[in-house]
Amino acid sequence: MAKLESNFKNMVIVLSAITLFAAFALGTVYTITKAPIEASKTAKQKNAIKEVLPASFHHLAEPIKVTDGNENLVVYKAYDANNQFIGSAVESSNNGFSGKILIMVGFDKDGTIINYSVLEQKETPGLGTKMVDWFKTDRGNQNIKGKNAGTANLTVSKDGGDVDAITAATISSRAFLFAIRNAYNAFLANKDENIAVGTQPVDSLNNVKQSN
Amino acid sequence: MNNNSNLKVFLNGFFNENPTFVLILGMCPTLATTTSALNGLSMGLATAFVLLGSNVVISLLKNIIPDNVRIPAYVVVIATFVTIVEMSMQAYLPALYESLGLFIPLIVVNCIVLGRAEAFAAKNNVFKSALDGLGMGLGFSMALTILGSIREVLGTGKVFGLTLYPDKYGMLLFVLAPGAFIALGYLIAVMNKLKKA
Repeated sequence: MAKLESNFKNMVIVLSAITLFAAFALGTVYTITKAPIEASKTAKQKNAIKEVLPASFHHLAEPIKVTDGNENLVVYKAYDANNQFIGSAVESSNNGFSGKILIMVGFDKDGTIINYSVLEQKETPGLGTKMVDWFKTDRGNQNIKGKNAGTANLTVSKDGGDVDAITAATISSRAFLFAIRNAYNAFLANKDENIAVGTQPVDSLNNVKQSN
Repeated sequence: MNNNSNLKVFLNGFFNENPTFVLILGMCPTLATTTSALNGLSMGLATAFVLLGSNVVISLLKNIIPDNVRIPAYVVVIATFVTIVEMSMQAYLPALYESLGLFIPLIVVNCIVLGRAEAFAAKNNVFKSALDGLGMGLGFSMALTILGSIREVLGTGKVFGLTLYPDKYGMLLFVLAPGAFIALGYLIAVMNKLKKA
């Protein structure tokens, strides 16, 4: 077959046909992958919530959105099987060394940190990225698990605090701890005293809405 | 004879015209994504898929596309494949998507893909174009995996998640950008030496 001549009609027809095909192909792939993409996003969030809460965790209350300065936080109050308030998972963010750091941190009902999980970060590979494990590793004063922001000073030791910063990543560490302290404040402002009276928690994790 | 030349087309991408070491094309993803062997390999395979797809389609369409609009037509085809890779990765390999995310859409502007479309697929039959795309793609994957492994071993003491030595002895430089240039420079030197021998 000879090559089509480059006249106006041919060019318009061919380009339109190709873009039309491309659009159709992309539409199809989009429809197929839409559900799995959503599912993997929510699964990640659910796993993070589960990871940072006590083992007795059973279900969550409706998420509460809190705005603190420039940061948007989301508090997920957690209850055990007997509807007792056991703590909260708080999603908190802050600007790190490069871009946003998004963390999920779990508090027990007294505000002691149970665990945390980094959902999103773009810190320097090999330095700031160490925050994923650094603050839950038992070495020196770097572990924040089991600490309570009400009694311990959760800032880096360079600033007179009680936590060892990541070596060569003080800015990332500061940002991380700032997000933790913000989360603690949001937790305090939204916790249930004693037994959850009158709070009828919504059924389960399925109701966790996608924040941000 | 015919088989032999097909094999030659396929192997071209690995040695004689290796996109990274010989043609020095596609440096942006090469330097940016090879912080670990796995990232390098996945980026390479994603590019290989795009290359294979775009080479086949462009070779099929080469006679219907008028010369004057061939570049926009190629770009649309390539962009379609890239978006398919991106969406599938996001859906089925979310962890990988997170570490490569930013660089997947950039495959569109990877010179290797457009370069092969223009230099090979537009002039050869479908079978040879497919072989060329596959060879080039796998050659690119090979280069990225080697570079990624070297940087990961020197930088963190691990390769494909296997710890060779504790990471506190690792040279952080190699995980960061300068290490990419240094390692790539030495690899190209070695490749040139091998080609001369």
